[in-house]
Amino acid sequence: MIPAPFAYARPTTVDEALQAIAEGGEDVKILAGGQSLIPVMRLRLAAPETVVDLSKVSELRGVREDGDSLVIGAMTTHADVVRDPLIQQYAPLIAEATETVADRQVRHRGTFGGALAHADPAGDLPAVALALDAEFVIAGQNGRRTVPAADFFVDYLTTALEEGELLVEIRVPKLTGQWGMRYEKFNRVAQAWSIVAVAAAVRREDGHIAEARIGLTNMGPTPLRARATEAALAGAAATPEAIAEAARSAAEGTSPSSDLNAQADYREHLVQVLTRRAVSAAAGL
Amino acid sequence: MTVTEDAATLAPAKEVGQPRRRKEDARLITGRTTWTDNMVLPGMLHLAVVRSPVAHARITGIDVSAAQQAPNVVAVFTGRDLAEEQGSIPCAWPVTPDMVNPGHPSIAVDQVNHVGEAVAIVVGRSKAAATDAVELVDVDYEILPPVLDMEAAVAEGADLVHDQLESNTSYHFVFDAGEAGTGADTEQAFADAEVVVSRRLVQQRLIPAFMEPRSVVVQPQGDNFTMWSATQIPHVLRVMLAMVTGVPEHKLRIIAPDVGGGFGGKLQVNPEEVLALLLARRLGKPVKWTETRSESLMAAHHGRGQVQFIDIASDREGNVKGLRVRLLADMGAYLRLITPGVPALGAFMFPGIYKFPAYRFECDGVFTNKVPTDAYRGAGRPEATFAIERIMDELAVELGMDPLELRRKNWIQAEEFPFTTVAGLEYDSGDYEQATQKALELLGYDELRAEQQRRRESGDPVQLGIGFSTFTEMCGLAPSRVLGSLSYGAGGWESASIRMLPTGKVEVVTGSTPHGQGHETAWSQLVADQLGVPFEDVEVLHGDTAVSPRGMDTYGSRSLVVGGTAVVKAAEKVVAKARKVAAHLLEASEDDLEFADGKFSVRGTPGATVGIQEIALAVFAAHNYPEDVEPSIDAEATFDPVNFSFPHGTHLCAMEVDTDTGMVKIRKYACVDDVGTVVNPLIVEGQVHGGLAQGIAQALYEEAVYDADGNLTTGSFVDYLVPSAADLPHFDTANTVHAAPGNPIGAKGVGEAGCIASTPAVVNAALDAVRHLGVSDILMPLTPERVWRAIHQGGDGGDRATAGTNAYGGAQTESTAGVSTPASSLGGDR
Ligand SMILES: Cc1cc2nc3c(=O)[nH]c(=O)nc-3n(C[C@H](O)[C@H](O)[C@H](O)COP(=O)(O)OP(=O)(O)OC[C@H]3O[C@@H](n4cnc5c(N)ncnc54)[C@H](O)[C@@H]3O)c2cc1C
Repeated sequence: MIPAPFAYARPTTVDEALQAIAEGGEDVKILAGGQSLIPVMRLRLAAPETVVDLSKVSELRGVREDGDSLVIGAMTTHADVVRDPLIQQYAPLIAEATETVADRQVRHRGTFGGALAHADPAGDLPAVALALDAEFVIAGQNGRRTVPAADFFVDYLTTALEEGELLVEIRVPKLTGQWGMRYEKFNRVAQAWSIVAVAAAVRREDGHIAEARIGLTNMGPTPLRARATEAALAGAAATPEAIAEAARSAAEGTSPSSDLNAQADYREHLVQVLTRRAVSAAAGL
Repeated sequence: MTVTEDAATLAPAKEVGQPRRRKEDARLITGRTTWTDNMVLPGMLHLAVVRSPVAHARITGIDVSAAQQAPNVVAVFTGRDLAEEQGSIPCAWPVTPDMVNPGHPSIAVDQVNHVGEAVAIVVGRSKAAATDAVELVDVDYEILPPVLDMEAAVAEGADLVHDQLESNTSYHFVFDAGEAGTGADTEQAFADAEVVVSRRLVQQRLIPAFMEPRSVVVQPQGDNFTMWSATQIPHVLRVMLAMVTGVPEHKLRIIAPDVGGGFGGKLQVNPEEVLALLLARRLGKPVKWTETRSESLMAAHHGRGQVQFIDIASDREGNVKGLRVRLLADMGAYLRLITPGVPALGAFMFPGIYKFPAYRFECDGVFTNKVPTDAYRGAGRPEATFAIERIMDELAVELGMDPLELRRKNWIQAEEFPFTTVAGLEYDSGDYEQATQKALELLGYDELRAEQQRRRESGDPVQLGIGFSTFTEMCGLAPSRVLGSLSYGAGGWESASIRMLPTGKVEVVTGSTPHGQGHETAWSQLVADQLGVPFEDVEVLHGDTAVSPRGMDTYGSRSLVVGGTAVVKAAEKVVAKARKVAAHLLEASEDDLEFADGKFSVRGTPGATVGIQEIALAVFAAHNYPEDVEPSIDAEATFDPVNFSFPHGTHLCAMEVDTDTGMVKIRKYACVDDVGTVVNPLIVEGQVHGGLAQGIAQALYEEAVYDADGNLTTGSFVDYLVPSAADLPHFDTANTVHAAPGNPIGAKGVGEAGCIASTPAVVNAALDAVRHLGVSDILMPLTPERVWRAIHQGGDGGDRATAGTNAYGGAQTESTAGVSTPASSLGGDR
């Protein structure tokens, strides 16, 4: 279907983009890769007055190092994320999860920042950002601010981004030590969103699990951390039994929805199985 | 794949049997062709349809004024405006004399009966202008209770879909072998039986989901109209549109240009086709309508939709004694072209390949407030095959017998062909044992059985199962007299003509209109052999009633069997005509002429030869030809088969079931199909692959889901899951060849085989994997959730939640967004 009419701006810098957003009228939408926004506009679930297209803002693209952090530009495409050497080295979990996103065509256009700003609970990257304690750098008329992942995802399709603001980059702390990572995604056909998925990063020390960070996809209106399982794993033996025991509390504090693919109780079951699998793999078992 | 060439009737076969790459593919794949939506005509106007967002309501008012005043809108029409001229969408198959047909307006006048029904139509100067104005049409609805569940719809005191009717039942169709004289008394057979197994099986609704959306363009010229439409059936459409709209048949030309798939979904007289013709007539301008994918899923006809009550009787040794089938078949809100006929066609296939002494079939066609059902790949036969192949497994379990042994014990033996079944059909040829042996080898059956045993014993969380489907189907639709006896409104013949051009090139005109099957390639192969001309010298023309005036189009695996035979018969006539001219030119007697490799030669006179392509030039010049003939060797033929053809095969599926999550994964799939003589092995394998994909999709992925208000929640491909190559296993395919005796090619038809056979093989395999955990049925599609519930909570996996997923912000269809009620549970967290 054809979207409703809209005005269109294509800035080349962040400042120009902020300007275009400020001047765009009542309902402005930022266009990144368009893989979520354009379908929603074509279905006429969204009919913005102005669309500000970031595709020519080159400063928003690419991955760099900044001290203890990796910095990923919001407009870095999924395809670029997957093959980026810095991400492979310091945050392979991001690459692993991004490879499960959609299909080649979508990954070629869709962006890391777009996926996070969209905050689809079934999307794969929010839970990964949450598990890795990423920080979100946001630009607005009054300068820049940084929001931790735990505060960025507010509700269903809702983030800490205010009107007139732009997500610029995402800072991911480099993990040092003996970390293992795994993204366990559960879906019915290859190019589909997650029914449930679990992102796990596990640090081992002397045959024990020193620390585990576990992000959950599609277990509520926002991505969640499996805090009870994380606590149970801290200092636990790296054995299948200990992990299985800890994974039993993975659904604690979640509020999954019921839809065609899964009712809530089944999602609560799945998340336990997937947590066990993800943590086991991340712990090298 | 392997082809056993033991029965080719067209010897010496040069082209037939070659794995020719399809000559039409380059243009179809690159899209550099005339898809209907590519058509641009001067002054063309664009139509956009306002569709009902509610399943069942009286229309109490429509305000089109805002839409009429929108920029670049030419006109807006409602059902009232067109009520006098729109007639009813035709139903060509009144399966019983007292079938109730409420009539099917193309655009609703007083009442809407399903979500997506047309209520107004906007005509704009551009597609965008028309689309924008759709939202400005304001319709008031007085909501009526929706009728959605068939079993509730036929219960006492049910709400009615059509309140002018007495019930929601359109017809009650019965086939009783005892009464028909083709079998014994069924009630007696069951009364005497040692073992009876009964099941209630469900065939979910499916959406054909062809790749090219429906599209239609109509150009008025004086009192003539030309319609381009993405249709499977230009010839049938022409007749029907003439009858519905009163545009005389000879003033109407229909063109199906290249068409991107149909699967039965474009075997229809669509409401939008009628509306486009009416509006072109009214406005005197060319008009175009092309649907969105959302419209297609919501408003193009669906397939399947049956509740099947099936009983099987046998003795303790496993000799089957009787079969009893009672169906509720979902018609949807109206009867379209062959809506009621689909389950009735299936009636004859429930006995499958087995020698039942007694059989009774009853079917109620039931109205619901959903889009009508109609043909979808297999049309009636997949439903029947599923039921019989599932119940054979259930009987085997009941008897403690190996499911293959039970089948063997009861199937028709190779030496018994032709065999008349309890349903009165005469099966033509085949060897079920041979196909089965070959399939077992392909699968590596014994090893997989051993692995299954190991996994069971070790309590592996991933269990393995093997499922069988030993199937047959009736193809080559159809003998016209048989169709007549079933009250179908038309015949089943096919027509072809061959034009020999002066340069020796050959034009073949076929009435069997392709939409992706590869007719151009296969027909060229047939003609190349028949006339002895190069494959490249043959062009196949189709799909335009002015070019190919006679035809019955493409469906029911009929094209090669019936349409290909017409081509062969036309070619035989060309050769016969050419022979007379050759005799004249060679100054020989016709009886002394031999025809081989495209040349006539005089027996015993070396060097005295003339080619058929030279003869074409000779009759074009017409300077020198026999006195008593016309100067043409062109010919045409019509072929009406005397019987159906009966492809058969054995499909085997090995399935892994993850008992922790319920996820199922096909480990291996092997099938051996007997489709008679193979004209092009590549095309045959392609048809099998596509069919398997769709049959497996019914088992595992696809379902048209409606919520409690009658909204289609699988309204986009986010929720209506069509698998891709990434989701399907490697297919191990092979053929056995038993030529069909009913046509000179020996072909049986392959268009539907994979789709019909695979679904029960897949479900039987999943059940075989978890049967020892107490599971005896799982509803289709086998979502991981259902499989998990069946294993851990018992039952058949139960109903799915109806809410669409929340991806895309809940990608409801345009018209269903925003009309949910608490009962329709549009989703957890919206
Ligand atoms: C067929 C298909 C399958 C998919 N499958 C998956 C999947 O399996 N897993 C998955 O995670 N995703 C999936 N996606 C979504 C995909 O990852 C998208 O790329 C992503 O969700 C959005 O990224 P985008 O760059 O396309 O953003 P857009 O669609 O352009 O934007 C999305 C939203 O974010 C806002 N936005 C974008 N950039 C910024 C910014 N810099 N600052 C502020 N707001 C911004 C936009 O205004 C819009 O509201 C799928 C998409 C498709 C089409």
